[in-house]
Formats: sequence, structure tokens, C-alpha cells
Amino acid sequence: MTQSRPSLPLVAAWLGLLGLLALTVTMAYVPLGAANAVVAIGIGITKAALVAAIFMELRHRDALTLLFAGAGLFWLGILLWLGLMDFLTRT
Amino acid sequence: MTERNYLTADYTLRSWFFTTDHKRIAILYFASLTMFFFIGGAAATAMRIELATPQADLVSDDIYNRLFTMHGIIMVWFFLIPSIPNTLGNFIVPLMIGARDLAFPRLNLLSWYVFMLGGSVTLFAILAGGIDTGWTFYTPFSTLYSNSYVMVAAAGVFIAGFSSILTGLNFIVTIHRLRAPGLTWYRLPLFIWSLYATSVILVLATPVLAITLVLIAVERFFGVGFFDPRIGGDPLLFQHLFWFYSHPAVYIMILPGMGVINELISCFSRKQVFGYKFVAWASLAIAALGFLVWGHHMFVTGQSLLASLVFSFMSFVVAVPSAIKVFNWTATLHKGSLRFDAPMLYALAFIGLFTIGGLTGLFLACLAFDVHATDTYFVVAHFHYIMVGGMVTAYFGGLHYWWPKITGRLYSEYWARAAAILIFLGFNLTFFPQFVLGAEGMPRRYHVYPPEFQVWNVLSSGGATILAAAYLLPLFYLGYSVFFGARAPANPWDAPGLEWQTSSPPPEHNFDVQPVVTRAPYQYSRKFEAQPQNA
Ligand code: HEM
Ligand SMILES: [Cu+2]
Repeated sequence: MTQSRPSLPLVAAWLGLLGLLALTVTMAYVPLGAANAVVAIGIGITKAALVAAIFMELRHRDALTLLFAGAGLFWLGILLWLGLMDFLTRT
Repeated sequence: MTERNYLTADYTLRSWFFTTDHKRIAILYFASLTMFFFIGGAAATAMRIELATPQADLVSDDIYNRLFTMHGIIMVWFFLIPSIPNTLGNFIVPLMIGARDLAFPRLNLLSWYVFMLGGSVTLFAILAGGIDTGWTFYTPFSTLYSNSYVMVAAAGVFIAGFSSILTGLNFIVTIHRLRAPGLTWYRLPLFIWSLYATSVILVLATPVLAITLVLIAVERFFGVGFFDPRIGGDPLLFQHLFWFYSHPAVYIMILPGMGVINELISCFSRKQVFGYKFVAWASLAIAALGFLVWGHHMFVTGQSLLASLVFSFMSFVVAVPSAIKVFNWTATLHKGSLRFDAPMLYALAFIGLFTIGGLTGLFLACLAFDVHATDTYFVVAHFHYIMVGGMVTAYFGGLHYWWPKITGRLYSEYWARAAAILIFLGFNLTFFPQFVLGAEGMPRRYHVYPPEFQVWNVLSSGGATILAAAYLLPLFYLGYSVFFGARAPANPWDAPGLEWQTSSPPPEHNFDVQPVVTRAPYQYSRKFEAQPQNA
């Protein structure tokens, strides 16, 4: 069960997250108008992907586990999609 | 000397409170849920007494608000959601699939402790002064205008949510990994399919509730605008998030009941469940589609018309798989060799009451009708037909069905049937008048009302008295049976499921020999004899 894993990827991922955090903060002060939100969300997605792939170790998992992880994402999509349907079409 | 089984293996308190045996944990849950059921029931009783007359005589406005809030919170999160999964499910799932325990026995015990912690925090909030937001925690009652122990109660519900997630996870992994040799997916009893679907909802929906409750706290304590429009929030966001959890949660509260009904209908008709695969997939369809309809709780809130139309349409779609089940149960009865033992009486009651609840749900899903009926007693009657007439009835049915397996004792059939019939009568007398009241326009959540509504309210309160007495009855005859009941054989109903092929009560590790499954569930011979799944 317990095999020791190289900690290098973990450290690298952590540094990556810190780097992205710095980027988020910096970009927040660069006036890009509407593009600010796009950039922030883009960075957010990258961070989430790093966490999923490396900390949650999804890159080593079998298809069934990936299916469940994907389902979580898909369900989040439902929340955003149907939720936004109200916000965007309200009179 | 009594035979060694999971009950006689050890008598110390330690062996109960530190057990990892799914059967003992089921009993810990059973005792706790019974307590919560009666606490929630006490609040309901107080409300029905108050409502017997048009004026306020028993309680003040403030106390009445606290009563219905406490009733809702306790019944939803501390009774109905865990009811069948954590008691009957915990006990029966490993037995049904021929496993020695759940996949994560210690996680199972942890889920009980977490549940009890959440329950204690919530009870503390109630004793400290109560909550007046309704079980829905709507903003701004829970934020701007909050004047009660909202955050403490929300914390209790938040904590209990983790117990739901742990249980859901445990069931999913167990059903994937621990099925006995030969037990393919299409050989699984339908109870397992329905608990699988329930678990998927538990895992996917509960985190959203948790986050929503956290957002309330963040808005209140740090002034970050999520829900309050004056500080940049959206006034409907709370309801979207809440119902994104809570509509799927109503399916958490009915799918396990449907699962139990399959077992009962099949056993007491001595027939295979009609259209097995349809029923199995209907559970998963309900779990998935149930996430697409939440906006039907928000038709009059100012939600966009397009959103209302889509949510209304999807609410009709989600009724299809439920209807498939009802038709298939009825078809199972057709030409069966029917026996009307107590569990079967509960199952038949379930079918009728669930159908009324589901059909009135469709009324409410119609935009034009809902504008009149929303926030009236019509809605109250609708969901009680499903949650109490459906789920609580299924819970009692399942409890009677598996009681001999759980305790190794037989109860009095006479009293059990009497209770089942009384519950059915008392239930209808309590809740049918509420449809009439709602149709005539009586709003929910008020304790004073115009005198012309009194007749129906008196009928309802009278019914509630019968119902309360009927719910107390099992406490006596089931309790009696534990000490004085006749010893139950391994398979008192002559049913084919694996759980009946081991002794009653089961040994600590469930099976002395690992069962190997050779056939589909629910098989009976021409002479209506059960064909065990492992023979
Ligand atoms: C056949 C599928 C169903 C449909 C189409 C349906 C439809 C609806 C609609 C439209 C409402 C909102 C009424 C209003 O507030 O104006 C509602 C309320 C409610 N339904 Fe259902 N329902 C269905 C099944 C269920 C089930 C299975 C349960 C529970 C196990 C349930 C529990 C509830 C609850 C608790 C409420 C009221 C929540 C509140 O405002 O406090 N429903 N239903
Ligand atoms: Cu709903």
C-alpha cells in the first residue's frame, strides 16, 4: 500500500501555485478592463488543475477514478450553467 | 448458551462505542435517529395543537417560528437524510452483497461521531434560544435580519454534512469493490442500486450546502457581499445555491425508500421485480436529473422567465423515472401470490402516498398553478406525502422486514399490522386536509388564521394525534420483541437475498463461508419458493 513517492513533484507544484498566486495579485493591479476577470479565472483554473493532478494524484489514477473526478467538475458546470441562465436573462 | 453473533460477541460499552462493525454502527445510528425523530415530532405536535384554533393560544409568533424551524431542521438533516441509508443501509448493504463489512469500517464509525457532534451543536442552538429562519435558512432572515442562533444551527448542519459525505463515499466504494464473486451489477438487489444513486447525490450535493452555509458566515462576519445587494451581492444567489443542494437532497430522502419498496413488493408478491433494469437505471436517472430542477422552488422570486420555463420543463422530466418505478411495482403485484404481512402493508401504503405526493409535485411544477399554491399548505401537503407518507413509511416497512435479521427476534404481527393501518389512516387524515387548505389559500408558517379554515385544521390536528400514537406503537411491540419475542429463523420470509442466507442475527463477520452468487435477485420457483441468490 504505502510506497514512498518522490516529493519533487509536490514541491514543484507548490512553488507553481505560489507563482500563480503572485501572478494573480500582480494582474489584479494591471488595468485590463473586462479581461481582468478572464485572466483571474484562467489562473484559477490552472491552479485547480495543478491541485487535482498532483496533490490529489489524479494523474496516476485509473479511468473509474477519473470518471468520478470528472463528474464533480461536470456537476459544478451544471450549477454555473443553470445558475447563470437566471442571472443573464433576468429582466 | 446463546449462539455467538454480532450482538452477543461482546457486551461492554467500549465494544459498542468503538465498534467498527457495520451492524453495530447501524444500531448506534438507529438509536440516535429514533431520538431525533421524537424531538422533531414533539415540535410538530406543539404546532398542531396551536393550529387547532384560529387564534394564538399556546405559543407566541416568535416561538411558533422557532418550532417550525426546529421541526424542519431536525427532521430533514437529523432524521430523513440519514434514516434509511445509515440504519438499514449500514446494516444490510454488506450482507446483501456478501461482504464482511463496508469498505472503510473506521470511516463508518467516524461518520456516526461526526453526525452526533453536528446533532449536539444543533440541539444546543435550539436549547440556547432557537432559530427562526425556517429550515431553508433563507437570506436575509439568516443574515441581515437574523435575531436567533442561526450560525450555531448552521454550523451543526455543516458538521453533519461531513457525515453524509463519509457515508456516501463508503457506500460507493463498497458497492464497487466488495461485491461477492458472481455478483454482477445486474444481479444486485435494487436496494443497492438505489443506495448507490443516493450516495452519488450525497457526495456531489452536500459540499454545495456546506459552502453555502460558509458564505452566510462570511457575509455576516466579514461583510463580504454575496447575498446582500447593498454590498454587491445577489439576493437570489442564496436560494440558487441552497436548492442546488436541497432539491437533490429531497431525492436523498426518497431514493432509499424506493429501494426498500422493491425488496418488500417482490418478497410479498413472490415475484421478480417487473422490469428490473428499468428500475435500476431509473434510480440513477433520478439522481442525475434531480440536479436540473432546483429553480422550481423559485418561480415567484423574480428569477428570469426563461429560467422558470426550463426548470418547470425539467421538473416534468424528472417525474418520468419515478413514474416508471410506480408502474413497475404495480406490474410486479400483478398475478403475484400476495401476502399482506406488516412490511407489505407499509409497501402498499408507500405506493399510494408517494403517487399522490409526486403528482401534486407536478401540479406545483406548472408555473401558473404554482403562483397560487406556493407558500401555502398545498406545498406542505405535497412534500409531507412524499417525505412522511413515502420515506417514513418505507423506513418502517424496511425496519419490520429486516427486524428479525437485525435482532434475531420476531415481533407481534397483530400489533405490527395494526400500527401500519393506523399510520396510513392517521397520515391521510393529517395531511389530506392540508391540500384543501392550501388550495383555499391558507399560507404556511403562520399560527393564526381566519376562522373559516378551522374545520380542516381540526381534522388535521386530529389526524396528527392518531399518527403520533401510531408512531409510538412500534416502540412498544418492537421493544418487547427484543426481550420476549420468539427467536427468528435465518430466513423468516423465505426471501432469496444473500442477507437471508446467513443466521439471524448474523455472526460478527456476516458469513461463515463466503457466498458465491449464481443468479439474478428476486427469483422464485413456480411454487413461489425463494431461489437463493447463492444456491
Ligand atoms: C415528482 C417529482 C417532484 C416534483 C415535480 C416536485 C415539485 C415541487 C415543486 C414545484 C415545489 C415548489 C413548490 C413551491 O414552493 O411553490 C416542491 C416543493 C417541495 N418538494 Fe417537491 N417535487 C417532487 C418530488 C419531491 C420529493 C421526492 C420530495 C422529497 C422527498 C419533495 C420535497 C419537497 C419539499 C421539501 C418541498 C418544499 C420545500 C420548502 O419550500 O420548504 N418533492 N416540489
Ligand atoms: Cu424541488
